[in-house]
Amino acid sequence: MENAIEVVGLVTHYGDREILKNISLSIPKGKTTVILGGSGCGKSTLLRHLIGLLKPTRGSILINGRDITVMKESELNEVRKKFGMLFQGAALLNSLSIADNVALPVKEHTRLEDSTIQIMVRMKLDLVGLSGFGGFFPSQLSGGMKKRAGIARAMALDPEIIFFDEPSAGLDPVTAAGLDELILKLRDVFKMTIVVVTHELMSIFMIADYVIMLDAGSVIFSGTLEELKASGHPRIKMFLDRQAENENYNPEDYLKIIAGE
Amino acid sequence: MQIQKDINDASRVINDIFYWAFISPFKGRPIRIRASISEMVKAGYNSVPIVSVISLFIGIILALQAAYQLKRFGALVYVADLVGVSITRELGPIITAIIVSGRSGSAFAAEIGSMKAAEEVDALITMGINPVRFLVVPKLIALMVMVPALTVLSDFLGLFGGFLLSVTLLELHPVNYFQQTINALLVKDILTGLIKAWAFGIVITIVGAYHGFKVEGGAEEVGRHTTSSVVASIFLVIVFDLFFTALFYFFT
Repeated sequence: MENAIEVVGLVTHYGDREILKNISLSIPKGKTTVILGGSGCGKSTLLRHLIGLLKPTRGSILINGRDITVMKESELNEVRKKFGMLFQGAALLNSLSIADNVALPVKEHTRLEDSTIQIMVRMKLDLVGLSGFGGFFPSQLSGGMKKRAGIARAMALDPEIIFFDEPSAGLDPVTAAGLDELILKLRDVFKMTIVVVTHELMSIFMIADYVIMLDAGSVIFSGTLEELKASGHPRIKMFLDRQAENENYNPEDYLKIIAGE
Repeated sequence: MQIQKDINDASRVINDIFYWAFISPFKGRPIRIRASISEMVKAGYNSVPIVSVISLFIGIILALQAAYQLKRFGALVYVADLVGVSITRELGPIITAIIVSGRSGSAFAAEIGSMKAAEEVDALITMGINPVRFLVVPKLIALMVMVPALTVLSDFLGLFGGFLLSVTLLELHPVNYFQQTINALLVKDILTGLIKAWAFGIVITIVGAYHGFKVEGGAEEVGRHTTSSVVASIFLVIVFDLFFTALFYFFT
């Protein structure tokens, strides 16, 4: 199996705190990979490193065999043209209309005619089910529509890899399911490598081909969905069964905590 | 060290701004003309009323204050000299710069800061678009043009305010006053004022952008950095004013 992204020995810090502790993983080409984990396990941090927004303390990230952690900004920008990214809040530019948002990467990176760009924009908007909304501004759209527009923008340059940061966060189940279907369509129709960071169990079962699970800054599982379900790892079982973490204090510790010592 | 980090951040922002504004256009990455024009409208055209009114009032106040002293020596006609020189050399540029700091400097910091908080700046980076080129350079171009332009306006209205008061309340002859002003003013006075205004435009943009990019987190941070950007840009405008005034005093 060919890998689109390979991470080797990645160590990252936020201030003095170690977030990712020497993790290595690989993301297969043309599949949907879900990066899974509880809040604060470092999955968003990992994503920000994969798209080159943050520089790691140590380790390397190979995209199509080239290490992006040692690249200069101009080289990195070339790699980024093959990326699409949907941010958690969609991150559309509020000062531009939806059509202009989708057109933005095309205008910046190509010298196409304006009329051609307009056609491309309408195609992308139609793809995500937002035909006719090009003239609207981001503030006039609902959360789900904003995310769809964000996907259209991420798709604008026909990327090889597309990243999703918590696509279903803050959406109702119906809208979230619609978004999941869109993600499946992208994989099947465009054969794109898709990386999704999420903790929504429903989404995972629907879209994942391959699962990587992080816990407290380390990879505790990577494999297919079937392997995940069959895994006997206690943390994975807790996650899949939605068990709460037990916090067993003895009375003395508890007294110390509330006394602030 | 916090201070070390601040200096590091500031020099990186300054470096980036100058690179994308003055070097990269010659390497085939043109400036966004249309965005620059829209920034000019926001920062320049929309401040015309407030700059006009304040400059007019400052001109009147200056004439009154000058008259208070000069009439004791029977030298009322020199009000024209005093108003003319102090408006063009000093008050025109500084009043304009302070108004622009309050209007546009704060707007820059708030705009970039809230874009940073909403991950819009990160989105630009992932699209391979440099946020300094995309967001800051049009603002820099706008202020480099508009602060001197507003200063010219401010100079005219300040002089007109002084004229208005002198020909009515002080009962000076309009032609005399006009002649006296023309004789007192040198081209040098107006030019040095405009050079200062140009530098103030750069200072205000850099401070606004620096504070905007420093925002990490939510709305509270945006407010805090907007406030500090106004305070810092007014302070730095005065510092640069001192520097340029001293320079012109010794070298012109």
